[in-house]
Amino acid sequence: MNIAVLSGKGGTGKTLVSVNLAAAAGKSTYIDCDVEEPNGHLFFKPEQIESEKISVKIPLIDDALCNGCRKCVDFCKFNALAYVGSKVLLFDVMCHSCGGCSLLCPQKAISEIDKNVGEIQKGVSEDVTVVTGIMNTGEASGVPIIKNLLEYIPSSNESVFIDCPPGSACIVMESIKDADYCVLVAEPTLFGVHNLNMVYNLVKLFGKPHGVVLNKCLEGDNPSEKFCIENRIKILGRIPFDNELGTLNSNALIVARESDKYRAIFTSLLETVTKEVQHETAVNS
Amino acid sequence: MKQLLILSGKGGTGKTTMASAFIKFAQAKVFADCDVDAPNLHLVMNQSVEPIRSDYYGLPKAEINPDLCVNCGLCMQHCRFDSIIEDDGYTIDYYACEGCGVCEAVCPAGAISLNPAIAGELMLYKNDSVFSTAELKMGSGTSGMLVSEVKKQMKEAAGDADFAIIDGSPGIGCPVIASISGVDMVLIVAEPSVSGISDMERIISTAAKFQTRAIVCINKYDTNIVNSEKIEAFCKSNNLPFAGKIPFDSEAVKAVNKGLSIADVDCASGRAAREVFERTFEIMFPITN
Repeated sequence: MNIAVLSGKGGTGKTLVSVNLAAAAGKSTYIDCDVEEPNGHLFFKPEQIESEKISVKIPLIDDALCNGCRKCVDFCKFNALAYVGSKVLLFDVMCHSCGGCSLLCPQKAISEIDKNVGEIQKGVSEDVTVVTGIMNTGEASGVPIIKNLLEYIPSSNESVFIDCPPGSACIVMESIKDADYCVLVAEPTLFGVHNLNMVYNLVKLFGKPHGVVLNKCLEGDNPSEKFCIENRIKILGRIPFDNELGTLNSNALIVARESDKYRAIFTSLLETVTKEVQHETAVNS
Repeated sequence: MKQLLILSGKGGTGKTTMASAFIKFAQAKVFADCDVDAPNLHLVMNQSVEPIRSDYYGLPKAEINPDLCVNCGLCMQHCRFDSIIEDDGYTIDYYACEGCGVCEAVCPAGAISLNPAIAGELMLYKNDSVFSTAELKMGSGTSGMLVSEVKKQMKEAAGDADFAIIDGSPGIGCPVIASISGVDMVLIVAEPSVSGISDMERIISTAAKFQTRAIVCINKYDTNIVNSEKIEAFCKSNNLPFAGKIPFDSEAVKAVNKGLSIADVDCASGRAAREVFERTFEIMFPITN
């Protein structure tokens, strides 16, 4: 059972929900796909860390073989190559590693080398396997790291919780590709509804079964709740705005491991999600 | 025109809340929202005019003409993005395609072409102020390019304004790099949580890579005083100017839900934000005489 946790924006509580669901599930895997700002490991503080460097291919130009035909420069759609002073220059941050330049160079002057863009760390925290992708600062895209991260999804049928990057762009699509179910986390504000609507459209587009967790619920109107009711989206649970929870969470403690009260909230949320996934599987089989 | 960019390393820390307050305090004539993945600034910057809308074309997408395709499979073999689907002939996965053009180049039958694809929409509000914003189409990549377009649209419409305030995008990746490019100063909004400190350090390191001046403020500082002190100490030891701290304020949530900024109502967070604003502008526009 692969469960992706999404929100239109950071700060809504994706990491709170996914970390605590994994902690409540016991033996499970937590995968942090928010490679630009991975935070789950700060909560789990995993041990026995093994790391794997992630690299992408970038071109290496042999000036001695280059005859200045500029085929590569003209071909590159990402403006990663320029011909300056009878030399081909590479702007590696712009490169998408498509391999076109080396493929097309008539002089065979372009080969490819590995460029490190980040790493994946795998460790354990109690009985949760914690896998984190970390993109190097100054890099443009985390997609190559996410692609590698998803290979860490175990083949056993244990539960996997995928903490997604914020937004609804390409990087999020990559993260939900292998998900059986999507949990959307929403804040009770006007911003919250706007962002929820974006990820809601994304999961609908990809035909992923989904439900919403309302986070930071206060007394009074909840625009996100209203949105769910109007659009008949399943509300999986409500997490109250609560100072004690806020303090534990801001100190990077796993609330489900700290108190029975919070453990109960996430155990019950996990039960609801599991039932939904089973229901979806039954309907689709 | 000097440009101030508001960043946080992550969404939800209060970037838009701060940006909207700054725009009001400064009576800014020029501003933009570079969070093209999930723009929110327009929700609190009520505009009396309809925006001028224009389609944004991202990178083109490949298309295979089934009548010309000879099913050789070379395109699939060379595509690095797994965007060629083999299923009773070959087709392109629109969302996976990055428009690199390798498939078109290797196709021996001339069956593949790259066609323009709408990846989002740019909006420009022009009345007594200029507000440039955009929204990326769901699932599209290349948001960095759209961010550059938002800034370009802003600059072209700006006239002779002295400064612009830009609400940035979350994260440290391509849209953020595109927002940082060319700005004079970055205001980093940090949150006093262990996660928030980690995000702040990563965005500071990113800004430093692009040699952009940074100043820091803390939002919701009283939700964790110990961590707030750590952030202040971090700024001190790294020689980063500190602009101040804003308390958690449920009035701020109420203001936002009414479509107002915290500068529009009398509240604790609004008063604190004004101090942060004044300190930031003192550094951005030092008095030289």
